[in-house]
Amino acid sequence: MTLSLHNVTKRFGSFTAVDQLSLQIPENQIFGFLGANGAGKTTTFRMILGLIDASEGHITWNNGAINYSKSHLIGYLPEERGLYPKLTVKDQLIYLGRLRGMNKSDIIKELDGWLERFNVPEYKNKKIEELSKGNQQKIQFISAVIHKPKLLILDEPFSGLDPVNVEVLKKAVINLKESGTSIVFSSHRMDHVEELCEHLCILHKGQPVVHGGLKDIKRSFGKKNVVVHADFDLNYLKDLPGVVTYKPSTEGCELQVESEQVAQDVFQALSGKGFVRTFDLEEPSLNDIFIEKVGDSYE
Amino acid sequence: MNKFWVIFTHTFMTRLKSKAFIWTTVISLVFVLGLTNIDRIMDQFGGDEKAAEVAVIDESGELFSGLEQQLSTQKDVVDIQQFDGTKEEAKQAVKDEEYKGYLHLSYNESNIPEAQYFANQIAENKVSGRLQQAIQQLKVAVATEKAGIDQGTIQQIYAPVAFEKVALQENAKTQEELNKARGLVYIMLFLLYMGVIMYGNMIAMDVAKEKSSRVMEILISSASPVKQMFGKILGIALLGVLQFGLILIVGYQSIKANMSDDGIGAFLGLSDLDMDTLIYSIVFFLLGYLLYATLAAMLGSLVSRIEDAQQLITPMTLMIVVVFMVAMFGLNAPDSTLITVTSYIPFFTPMVMFLRVGMLDVPFWEAGISILLLIATTIVLGIIGARIYRGGVLLYGKSSSLKDIKTAIQLSKKESS
Repeated sequence: MTLSLHNVTKRFGSFTAVDQLSLQIPENQIFGFLGANGAGKTTTFRMILGLIDASEGHITWNNGAINYSKSHLIGYLPEERGLYPKLTVKDQLIYLGRLRGMNKSDIIKELDGWLERFNVPEYKNKKIEELSKGNQQKIQFISAVIHKPKLLILDEPFSGLDPVNVEVLKKAVINLKESGTSIVFSSHRMDHVEELCEHLCILHKGQPVVHGGLKDIKRSFGKKNVVVHADFDLNYLKDLPGVVTYKPSTEGCELQVESEQVAQDVFQALSGKGFVRTFDLEEPSLNDIFIEKVGDSYE
Repeated sequence: MNKFWVIFTHTFMTRLKSKAFIWTTVISLVFVLGLTNIDRIMDQFGGDEKAAEVAVIDESGELFSGLEQQLSTQKDVVDIQQFDGTKEEAKQAVKDEEYKGYLHLSYNESNIPEAQYFANQIAENKVSGRLQQAIQQLKVAVATEKAGIDQGTIQQIYAPVAFEKVALQENAKTQEELNKARGLVYIMLFLLYMGVIMYGNMIAMDVAKEKSSRVMEILISSASPVKQMFGKILGIALLGVLQFGLILIVGYQSIKANMSDDGIGAFLGLSDLDMDTLIYSIVFFLLGYLLYATLAAMLGSLVSRIEDAQQLITPMTLMIVVVFMVAMFGLNAPDSTLITVTSYIPFFTPMVMFLRVGMLDVPFWEAGISILLLIATTIVLGIIGARIYRGGVLLYGKSSSLKDIKTAIQLSKKESS
């Protein structure tokens, strides 16, 4: 059931949106897809879903291409949310659910369960246009998962939601994974990806710059973060060899260092200068890796 | 359930339940009922209106009796009365609304009758018109009498000439049949025209709405564009059949209930329908609808915002208008070269070929060829349309123009160029 992309390229005229992308997306996991705006995430998703064809390369899932005969196994939450504004939540999901091969009574049963889970059972007979944006998004999410897909593609699932609802949706995503759904999702929020994904890929201008398991990526990145809280002036640390960045903080400073060895040098340099309340060697955050790999073009 | 049916029933049911649909249907039905009962409604308003009393001062002293005779059949509209008094008194009487108007009759210098009509308002033509007509006839009578021509000769001069058209070709339609056919063809052309514009618009709007609300991306990830396009086209077609059928049945029943056999019903050829023409009309109606509906769906898929949809289907609407105009011209000249040639052009065929089969004796193979051409064009358009639909629904841009067709096809291309 692995989803694999083999040397997938997509060109629009002279513009190359996705360039030689090869990925193995393991089954029954959450796969994170990161990239700046315009990096080619949505184009890749559309190719996976078969909405547009790759210029080169091929995509297989379940030993075959994804086409309409498999659409009952696939769930999709597009980045541009869209529902019929004039239809009620119930009618809407009955239509979309039937298009995914469900029958009406199953849809109603599932819908009631999901509305309950999202704490909005009163929306069942409301029109979409009467709901707030965040609540519309919950309905959109339900429409993507109501048929219990085996492969779920979520394009920016958490954007525009308040923190409470992000947590609700995150929990739902994790539950889906546990019940056997493979999930691919894209996000700008590194913390969400770090929290949810075992594997990820960072896409930059259509090319994968980082690809693999989260832990491996962090380990192979090499650079570490050092947090120092001390009572004396730490300014001199930025001139030590191997210190990449120096950021003063209220209680001390944060450093990015090239390797663990440099961290030891920093530790040495601190000793005897005064009282050090905190010395902490941290794994790099995904945010650091992303900025390093994708560069300043990311906002 | 098959996805095509899901889309088909969804399109049909949501439209059927919509307020807009219910209201247009109700308003159309009221309109049709009003139109077919127009005589009765007019009677209701005009029934108790009394004949207009008109005061007459006859200077000559000879003309009044002649005029009275001329107007004797129209006593319920105009009632003329001799007025004893001066002109000024007569005018005053009209002002006081004792009379509807005052007519002054006299001879001119060459002894021909002439008249002046005074009324408070001269905007109303009914009374003065009748009077003028009567005086005209009176004048003819007086003048011819003076010239010594007798009344019999006058009637002969004015009697309409006997002119009968007889078709020599064996299967050609007779004069009477032609009149009937013309009525039916006219109705069918008009219905097709209305139907294509109304439902074509509806389809384009529906597609544009799905696109602008971005629900389209979910839809095309669930079901193929071809199923969606034709599910929608046929769903709306069923809606149209229902709406038009309802209007036609109500209209037909209402005409039958209200009019005598020689009324409008007979004029329109509804009293005994020619089966051939009826079958042709259904075939051409459905094929014509399909052709234009496919075009409308294709155009609708190209726009990003609903506001742009209208602009993009304007060329299509204009084309239908042109086709309709050609067909209207053809009603009086069904055998002209223009009509013969255009009847084979698929976009014209539904109206123009139908006009020909309705009015002329067109061999079956000619109609058959045009139908085949029409079906082939619809299929080709359907295939192209489905591809444009597939690419078009993912195409969002500021401007929407026909240029986007190319981009849309590129978006849906299998191979890279």
